[in-house]
Amino acid sequence: MIRKLALTTTAVAAFCAGMATADVRIASVAELSGAGAAAGAVWHDGIKMAVEEINAAGGILGEQIDLVEYDSQTDPQNSRAMVQKAIDEETFVLLGTVYSSSTVVNMLVAQQNGVPQITGSESPTITAKGNPYIFRTAFGAQKGLPKLGSYIKNDLGASKVAVIWANTEFGKGGHDAFLSVAEAQGIEIVANIPTEQAQVDFAADVAKLKSSGAEAVFSYMTEEESARFLIEAAKQDLGLPIVGDTVVASQKVIDLAGEAANGVASHVGLTAEAPIPAIQEMAAKFQEKFGYGADHNAIKGYIGAYMIKYVTEKVGSFDRQAFADTLHGLCLNASEYPGVLMDVCWDDTGEMSRESFLVEVVDGQQKITKTLPAN
Amino acid sequence: MAEFLQILISGLSAGSIYALAAVGFTLLWQASQTINFAQGEFVMLPAFFVLVFTVKMGLPMSIAIVLALFLSVLLLGALFKKLIVEPMLSHGVLPLVIATIALGLLMKEMVKEFYSPLGQPFPGLFPHDVMSILGAKISVADFANFVIAMGTIIILQLFLSRTRTGRCMQATAQNPEVAKILGVDIKRMVMYTFLINGALAAIASVLITPIYLAKFSNGEVLGLVAFIAAIVGGFNQIRGALVGGLLIGVIDNLSAAYVSAEYRQAVPMLLLIFIIMVRPQGLLGTTEGRTV
Repeated sequence: MIRKLALTTTAVAAFCAGMATADVRIASVAELSGAGAAAGAVWHDGIKMAVEEINAAGGILGEQIDLVEYDSQTDPQNSRAMVQKAIDEETFVLLGTVYSSSTVVNMLVAQQNGVPQITGSESPTITAKGNPYIFRTAFGAQKGLPKLGSYIKNDLGASKVAVIWANTEFGKGGHDAFLSVAEAQGIEIVANIPTEQAQVDFAADVAKLKSSGAEAVFSYMTEEESARFLIEAAKQDLGLPIVGDTVVASQKVIDLAGEAANGVASHVGLTAEAPIPAIQEMAAKFQEKFGYGADHNAIKGYIGAYMIKYVTEKVGSFDRQAFADTLHGLCLNASEYPGVLMDVCWDDTGEMSRESFLVEVVDGQQKITKTLPAN
Repeated sequence: MAEFLQILISGLSAGSIYALAAVGFTLLWQASQTINFAQGEFVMLPAFFVLVFTVKMGLPMSIAIVLALFLSVLLLGALFKKLIVEPMLSHGVLPLVIATIALGLLMKEMVKEFYSPLGQPFPGLFPHDVMSILGAKISVADFANFVIAMGTIIILQLFLSRTRTGRCMQATAQNPEVAKILGVDIKRMVMYTFLINGALAAIASVLITPIYLAKFSNGEVLGLVAFIAAIVGGFNQIRGALVGGLLIGVIDNLSAAYVSAEYRQAVPMLLLIFIIMVRPQGLLGTTEGRTV
């Protein structure tokens, strides 16, 4: 009798185990609070939407994604602890962080543990460190800024430029890359103004820009600081063209700065206004789901989740090393892999390339003025 | 010259708003020996009341501001005194200080949880027009902020010195025992002080938030700046808090422009240390007696 009961129990347990779907755990480590929440929370929502779509379509290799969120609180040391926690909890691949100051710290933990990491950070240093496990969802500033340099020199006709930048890992990367571009283009830097993360008062900075003799201003700060700067620039009637890379003309900045954002020109790697049906469809779905507009961070998060699906399915198993090896040098065509939204390639450093855009903010909306080829 | 003037006026505009919060510090200290370390959050919160009324409930801005002012007086004035200050005061200054730190954290986390951790746009109250003065372009908003903040403090000062209620409040602050013997309802006078602090916080909030954007963490900066302003000016004088606020606003902007943007936050702290060393009672403070 006991033997019969044991056999029955074993058979039921085996049946139940067969019925259950094994989940694959994916960690999203993001700036869900603190100064970077304007970027990290949107990035995370982009990931959530993609994961829901992927799970509804059968998951990855038949397994559902178990998305686990970790809040870095926009603190590099905390982000490092969260990445370690995610690895201890056996994440297959890491998504995040967005702030470069955090990513340069936490990527070492992922590297030491051999866990592929897909980041939304854009500082040039991220992919220059020889980390074989780091991959971008948007290209670094060093790839976008040469396109912007040409715009400043040729389209605006400006030869004297003032630079206002965030004194963070992200800001330093963009600042250094722009200075190189300016030198190559023969643009004189007449003012060089660092600002602090979470800075709230830009009155002195704008006053210095006004008296610098600049013909244009290059702005390289994160979302909320960019918005506060634009509000102050409008308040003091700065009267100079303001250009930047991605953030300064992002939807979040436009929402925060309101009319003060009008006239800003920017190079953007990703935008919901891109003349690409897949991006517009994604953005419309995002708006409906979350009640606010998708910006470049939302699109980056969305693409990041789909990168995991496509690369894992190419590998054919949940093998972290094979995942990283496969992604180096990989190109994904949007017609075959619609989740990446645009044709994209990664090189052997994890840097990426794809088409990009020049935009201008007109009546509170991004207006695409030029589509630029991948470089 | 134009650049200096521009920075000076921007500093005075921001400083006048810091002064509103700093005056709140001194009022509460004078009336009830309460050092309110949630003062920054008191300035952060009313902006979110306005956003709830305008964005969530669709009310016009003017009505939203009036309702936010009323709510601030009620919650940050009366309720704060009844629920936090009165039960804690008998245990001494330090437990009350810790209680206000806890209250500030609670307010910050509640806004983050129930509204948003993201910065929110906050409409400006004034036209975007710009005036030209000696080559400097001064925005109407900066000018209006300065006028409203200074006007509020002057009206408060007149109320305290020229009205019977104001003089009773002064008497309560200077010597509560004697004031009580003279028939002053000291409990009511102390309550008035808390109500006034709630109103000052609301006014500061709607003036500063169009520049700072509405964010749960705004109180961290504002609270620290207002506290330094109150210490520098003199913790026991309204005019001291006023001078301290203006001074911090101007020094912050001048140091960012002419010393170092990286060390701009350190300069007011250095000033604080210097003042404590050479004049512990503050620039306009007195070493004896208390007045509101």
